[in-house]
Amino acid sequence: MNWIDIGAIDDIELRGARIVKTPVGCVALFRTAEAEVFATGDTCPHNGGPLSEGIVHGRKVTCPLHNWVFSLETGEALGEDGQIPTFPAKVQDGRILIDGASLDRRSVA
Amino acid sequence: MTEKLVIIGAGMASGRVIEHLVKTDPDAFDITLFNAEPRGNYNRIMLSPVLSGDKTYEEIVTHSDEWYAENGVTCRFGEHVTAIDRARKVVIGQAGEVAYDKLVIATGSAPFIIPVPGKDLDGVITYRDLDDTNAMIEAAATGGEAVVIGGGLLGLEAAAGLRERGMEVTVLHLMDHLMERQLEGAAGYLLRQDLEKRGIRVMTRASTKAILGEDRAEAVLLEDGTVLGADLVVMAVGIRPETRLATDTALDVERGISVNAQMQTSDPDVFAVGECVEFDGILFGLVAPLYDQARILAETLLGREAAFVPKELSTKLKVTGCELFSAGDFAEAEGREDIVFRDPARGVYKRLVIEDDRLVGAVMYGDTTDGSWFFGLIRDGTEIEDMRDTLIFGPAYQGGGSADPLAAVAALPPEAEICGCNGVCKGTIVEAITGGAGDLGAVRAATKASASCGTCTGLVEQLLSVTLGDDYAAPTTQPVCGCTDLTHEDVRRLIKSKPLKSQEAVWQELGWSTRNGCHVCRPAINFYLLADWPLEYRDDPQSRFVNERKHANIQKDGTFSVVPRMWSGITNASELRAIADAADKYDVPTVKVTGGQRIDLLGVRGEDLPHIWADLNRAGLVSGHAYSKGLRTVKTCVGSDHCRFGTQDSTGLGIKLERALWGSWTPHKVKLAVSGCPRNCAEATCKDVGVICVDSGYQVSVAGAAGMDVKETERLADAPTEQEAIDLTMAFIQLYRENAKYLDRAYKWVAKVGLDWVRERIVDDPQERARLIERFELSQSVYRKDPWAEEVKKADVFTPLADLTLEAAE
Repeated sequence: MNWIDIGAIDDIELRGARIVKTPVGCVALFRTAEAEVFATGDTCPHNGGPLSEGIVHGRKVTCPLHNWVFSLETGEALGEDGQIPTFPAKVQDGRILIDGASLDRRSVA
Repeated sequence: MTEKLVIIGAGMASGRVIEHLVKTDPDAFDITLFNAEPRGNYNRIMLSPVLSGDKTYEEIVTHSDEWYAENGVTCRFGEHVTAIDRARKVVIGQAGEVAYDKLVIATGSAPFIIPVPGKDLDGVITYRDLDDTNAMIEAAATGGEAVVIGGGLLGLEAAAGLRERGMEVTVLHLMDHLMERQLEGAAGYLLRQDLEKRGIRVMTRASTKAILGEDRAEAVLLEDGTVLGADLVVMAVGIRPETRLATDTALDVERGISVNAQMQTSDPDVFAVGECVEFDGILFGLVAPLYDQARILAETLLGREAAFVPKELSTKLKVTGCELFSAGDFAEAEGREDIVFRDPARGVYKRLVIEDDRLVGAVMYGDTTDGSWFFGLIRDGTEIEDMRDTLIFGPAYQGGGSADPLAAVAALPPEAEICGCNGVCKGTIVEAITGGAGDLGAVRAATKASASCGTCTGLVEQLLSVTLGDDYAAPTTQPVCGCTDLTHEDVRRLIKSKPLKSQEAVWQELGWSTRNGCHVCRPAINFYLLADWPLEYRDDPQSRFVNERKHANIQKDGTFSVVPRMWSGITNASELRAIADAADKYDVPTVKVTGGQRIDLLGVRGEDLPHIWADLNRAGLVSGHAYSKGLRTVKTCVGSDHCRFGTQDSTGLGIKLERALWGSWTPHKVKLAVSGCPRNCAEATCKDVGVICVDSGYQVSVAGAAGMDVKETERLADAPTEQEAIDLTMAFIQLYRENAKYLDRAYKWVAKVGLDWVRERIVDDPQERARLIERFELSQSVYRKDPWAEEVKKADVFTPLADLTLEAAE
């Protein structure tokens, strides 16, 4: 694990999302609760929709293009055949931390 | 051998013990029964009906003098027991001693008297027994004011009874809502309303400081200084077990007399039963467990094995007209889920609490018919997973395995009112259906049911389905989404009537099954809240589709399109220049003229949006809301300014309409058009609102469509002046905002409620029209702002939160 400080939790709206540019492509950071974040790939495997623009509900996000719903915990598409990558992320002292090691191109490959 | 059994206290528990004994083995005991009251056992639960005058004392007597005589019970009524001498095994009464082999203490409970000055004045009474009841009846005979301290079961029954007998009654309750041990806030609120309707004044969070009066009670003084006149003060704040005799004879006593599961005290020959006992840390105040205890005690006395096990309890309030039921545990806790059903029109509230697929609590108000069924599920710990979806509708819905959503409608009596607006009952509708009305429209025509507000449409459709069976292809009522069983119409109604003013209130009060909704319900709820409470509720961008959050239309490649407003299609060289400059600066690949008479810049990158908006803003251009459920465009022809056929200034009216209407959110997009003559070049007859100018004025028509459906508009009214045309349009939009289902275009909504219903409000009723316009303007005071200008201020959120590509490369 190599925790990288990405920003303050309040930089993301509650039930909102922001993206982070990484060596493995755009990663979406979702704020599902006051102090809860999840990091996943930003691209919907169905038609490439930007998941960070979707509606965040519970620990799920709905793709804005065709309403595929993904579990932010597992990356699994619910009721569809699809998967997005997930990355370890956490909130500590009001800061968002993401595991840099997981974002290394070699480890993802 | 016959043993000597002495029982102290002739209440409901000991009465039941004696019944069991004489029935099972009449010769086992020689029974002596003491009672401080000068009478035998009567049904104390029915004191409230006696107080209210619904019953007489004679009707609630359970054991008459003859009964005691027939069964050989020696009665010592009206005699206080002063002591128990366990060493000599005798009970000492005022009139002498009685020896016992076995002793049962059934002294019940005593009312709790709050220790305030004046508590001993005449006119201050408690509510426990027949003497109290008679004292209240006597006091009420002369009328006057009564104050009941305590808003629990007994207090409210006392209050209702006194009110029934003509007194002015105020109930004082220390807590936030009535009966807080049995009810939570919502049901407490309905109960309070019902009581107030009966003329009972309810004051919550009211703490009594003193009872004032010279010789007898005259007033009650509250902590906050309020003084309430009181000819009668009833203390009904609670009860405590009557344990004095047990304490005096050194039996183990906690809050109540300690007993084991055989109802045996610390002395093996002394037993206790009823409200005076404590078992396993629990006290008992309701009759069901007392009867259980009585049975166990009788078995034990007869030398049989039996053990008392406390069970879940249920409560009903015995006040005519206040249907209330509660059972089990309904506190909120981790891992618990709520199912809530409300029908504010009927004053019905039901809430079920579920934990681990089992029902653990139930609260019902207004309709308690299914109470005993729910109570059974709680008591038996029945697994309810399979019927969870329809559980709250009660047993009528739980037909063999799969749920039948029509059963509840089928079960309604013929006189049940279906259409509240027109007062049409089920029988009338069924008659119409069997008489040949085979669909919704025919039922409407025949009965007027669902022809007004339309909220009963679902019920009428279900009646069609129930009555016609397979012959009817039902367009079934759909819940909003998987998070709830409620329909859009239900939710809208509840948001207005509860009222609910935040998303959290909706999730909680309407029993959403998810933490914060889903992508289907959240945008709808967000709209309903902001439409009904423009000032109290703030729009939640996180509950909007990306287009409305980003104020631009997302394209299939993830880029956006940008459409500035062009008021009724009128533009000028400097605006066009600004648009051209923006297209250059941001490498806009496609520039297109839209069907709504304006220009679309397609293919703008997300992070460029705030910058292109800022540039366009500087040229005076604002968002065209081409992405929103709100006013899109007002299409116009050139009208009388240029056209030789034009009758009025259609372009001018179009601009006025667009300026008046832009900004506020609507259930779906709204498109307008104004044509300068009946040749209709602006295609006004397929819009949500279309205006055709004629020599005599303006023909305002509504509910057209030219999308998936094509439909001509219907004439709403003819307006002699431009202002009236604007007023009609504005009122129509507001009526649509307040009543339509989210994502129903105006034509779909009008088809549901009927054009007549719309006309009645907007055309026939000038006051209602004015009120609608006023409410629309209120909404506009919040929402007629250029969202682009607002978004430019927080441009940061359009950029990545961080860029790790450089760091990671190191």
